[in-house]
This record gives sequence, C-alpha cells and structure tokens, in this order.
Amino acid sequence: MLEKVKNIVAEGLGVDVAELTEETTFESLGADSLDLMDMVMSFEDEFKVEIDTEAIGDLKTIGDVVKYIESLQ
Amino acid sequence: MIGKICGTGSYAPSNYWDNNDLAKMVDTSDEWIRERTGVVRRHISVDDTTVSMAVKASRAALENAGVKPEELDLIIVSTITSNKIIPCAACEVQKELGAVNATCFDMSAACSGFLFGYNAAQAYISSGMYQTVLLVGSEMLSQIVNWQDRSSCILFGDGAGAAVFRPAEGVLPPCVTYSDGAKGQVLSCESRHQKGWEEKVKEGSTVVYMDGREVFKFAVKQEPAAIRKLMELTGEKLEDIDWFILHQANLRIIESVAKRLKVDMAKFPTNIHEYGNTSSASIAILLDEMNRKGMLKEGQKIVLSGFGAGLSWGASLLTW
Repeated sequence: MLEKVKNIVAEGLGVDVAELTEETTFESLGADSLDLMDMVMSFEDEFKVEIDTEAIGDLKTIGDVVKYIESLQ
Repeated sequence: MIGKICGTGSYAPSNYWDNNDLAKMVDTSDEWIRERTGVVRRHISVDDTTVSMAVKASRAALENAGVKPEELDLIIVSTITSNKIIPCAACEVQKELGAVNATCFDMSAACSGFLFGYNAAQAYISSGMYQTVLLVGSEMLSQIVNWQDRSSCILFGDGAGAAVFRPAEGVLPPCVTYSDGAKGQVLSCESRHQKGWEEKVKEGSTVVYMDGREVFKFAVKQEPAAIRKLMELTGEKLEDIDWFILHQANLRIIESVAKRLKVDMAKFPTNIHEYGNTSSASIAILLDEMNRKGMLKEGQKIVLSGFGAGLSWGASLLTW
C-alpha cells in the first residue's frame, strides 16, 4: 500500500516518487489543503474507502495516510 | 426542433475588489487567494441590481443575435439573489426591454442555474411551446456573502450573462442532471423573508455558509462522472469535444476535473481570475466572452457543466 500511496502523492504533486518516504510530510512538499483533498479522493478511488473529511487535518505524513486507510479496511 | 444560441451578452459592474482589498477586510493575502482559488479580482455592484445587470446582459445578447425584444416569447432568469420577491426578475427584465410578447419566470438552481435553464429552454423549444427564448443568469452575490468568513468571501462576485435561442432543425441530445437535497446543508443561505428572520440574521445563517472541503470533494467527484455519463449517452468521445465550459467555481476544481478526465486544461476556458464565482451567471459570461473573441466556430462541440448548491449538478452537450 505504501508504494501506491507514494505514487498517488508523486503524481498529485508532481514530485519524484523516489524522494518520498513514510516520514515525508505534505507540508514539506508544499501541498495545501486543496492538494490534500485532491489526493484524498484519489486514495478513496484506489483503495475503495471513504475518508472522513474531518480526519484529513490529521493526515500530516504519507505514513499517516497508510495507517488511516489500513484502519478503514 | 432544437434551440440554437444565436446571440450572447454579459455584464459586470465596473467597480471591482482585488485580493488586496479583501486582505483589508479579513485575514488573507493575494497569494493565498490566487493559489487556492485562481481569483484575482471580482466585480462588486455599487448601484446595479440583479435586474439591472440582467437587463444590460440581455440587451447585449439581443443585439448580438439581431433579435428585437418583441420577438421574444419566453424570458427565463436564473438567480438566487433577486432584489424583489414579486414580481419575478424575468418580468422586471421584460419591462425594461419592452419584450411585450414574452412569458416570464425565474429559476432558482444556484450554480447549476444556467445549465438547468439551458435545458429548460431546449425543452420548451423542442416541444414547440416557445420559439424565441432569452435565458439570463444574473447574480448579486455580494449581498449574501459572509464578508467575515475568509474561507468563502474570497470566492464570489457579481455579474450577469445572457443567451438568445431560436429554433433550428435538429434533435435534442440527451443531457445529464442530478440533485441531492440530502446534502444541501454543505452550501446554504437562509432567506431574510421568513418568520423569525431577525434571529436568523443574528445567528449568521442569512449569509452564505459553505463547507469548502465537502463542496470541493462533491464537485471533483461528481463532475467528471457526469461528463463521462454525458459522453456515454450522446455517443461522443471526450477527445472530440472542443470546449468544456464549466461553472467557474474555483480554478483548482476545474483543474482537478480536467486531470481526472485526462483532458488538456487548454480545452477548459476560464475567467474566474476576473470575476470570481458568479453562480448562475458564470457559464453565460464565459460563453459570451468566447463568442465575442471568435473562439466558438460553427459545428464545434461544447460541453456545458454546472454544479453547486442543492446540491445540484449536470452536463449538457451543444453544437455551436
């Protein structure tokens, strides 16, 4: 799952996937709230889950996303 | 029979507020607004009304179409910000234009208003009930915006757009429309014309409330789906569409829709930088700008798509 999340983030923000780790923060990648919303929707499509918009503020790193999606599955 | 747009017009008040003007009112900045919305400035009425803007846009559309006011047999005004409850804005427009032979009524479908009005005009024309139709989207959103809410007030502006339709040979293509009233609370504004309105004004519910995240998600999820459904029903292919004219809600929404459809952003014209979100006027203003710049060529295939409060959304195919 980590690799898929990384790929979505790389595509969404136009960054090199090789630079991404579990600890990478969205803030460090220059992502704003709309970028995050956009990626959240790609995560929802990819992993067939519904991400609560209230929870999005807590997703600070790529690892947070992986953990959150795993908790839904 | 099918309705053919034979003229367009638009109008926005000359007065405008740029992002720096808003930064004096709420905690925001030009950079923040540009990056998140694409809005650079918005026109704000000083002495115009929803009706006066509609009249100016309509006169321009009639002139562009070469249609005399008395030839109109239907006037539909789409608005959520009419300055009168009765008579309706369309009757006020009729009076100003001298369109004495027209039947007039308003439609309320917020940011989907011009799209739904377009479908209504087409339905009336193709049924033979009316022939020469004026459709206007006019909004003075500045009077319902919450100017203390920095997340929403940066988006909206005032303006009007109009289109004149005449019947032509052809078959009306299928369109795609949806409403989801159960999710209406994410974008709402209570009327000041109701019992207990003073309380509602005090609690702040008579100005626009928007849950930005939910609205963004709704638009970016449902718009591409609606456009794909339209392609399926009409038998068209995305790559054969010349223009995707979307409601100008937020540049980032339009970019996200283009990305999800895998269509070049160059096919998604925008003017949100100049007007902000003008609700039911936005598609009509953009259509008029494109028409007057000569961007619309006969035979071009255009997708019109609106989405907004209701919730409501949809897409229609037109051949210019």
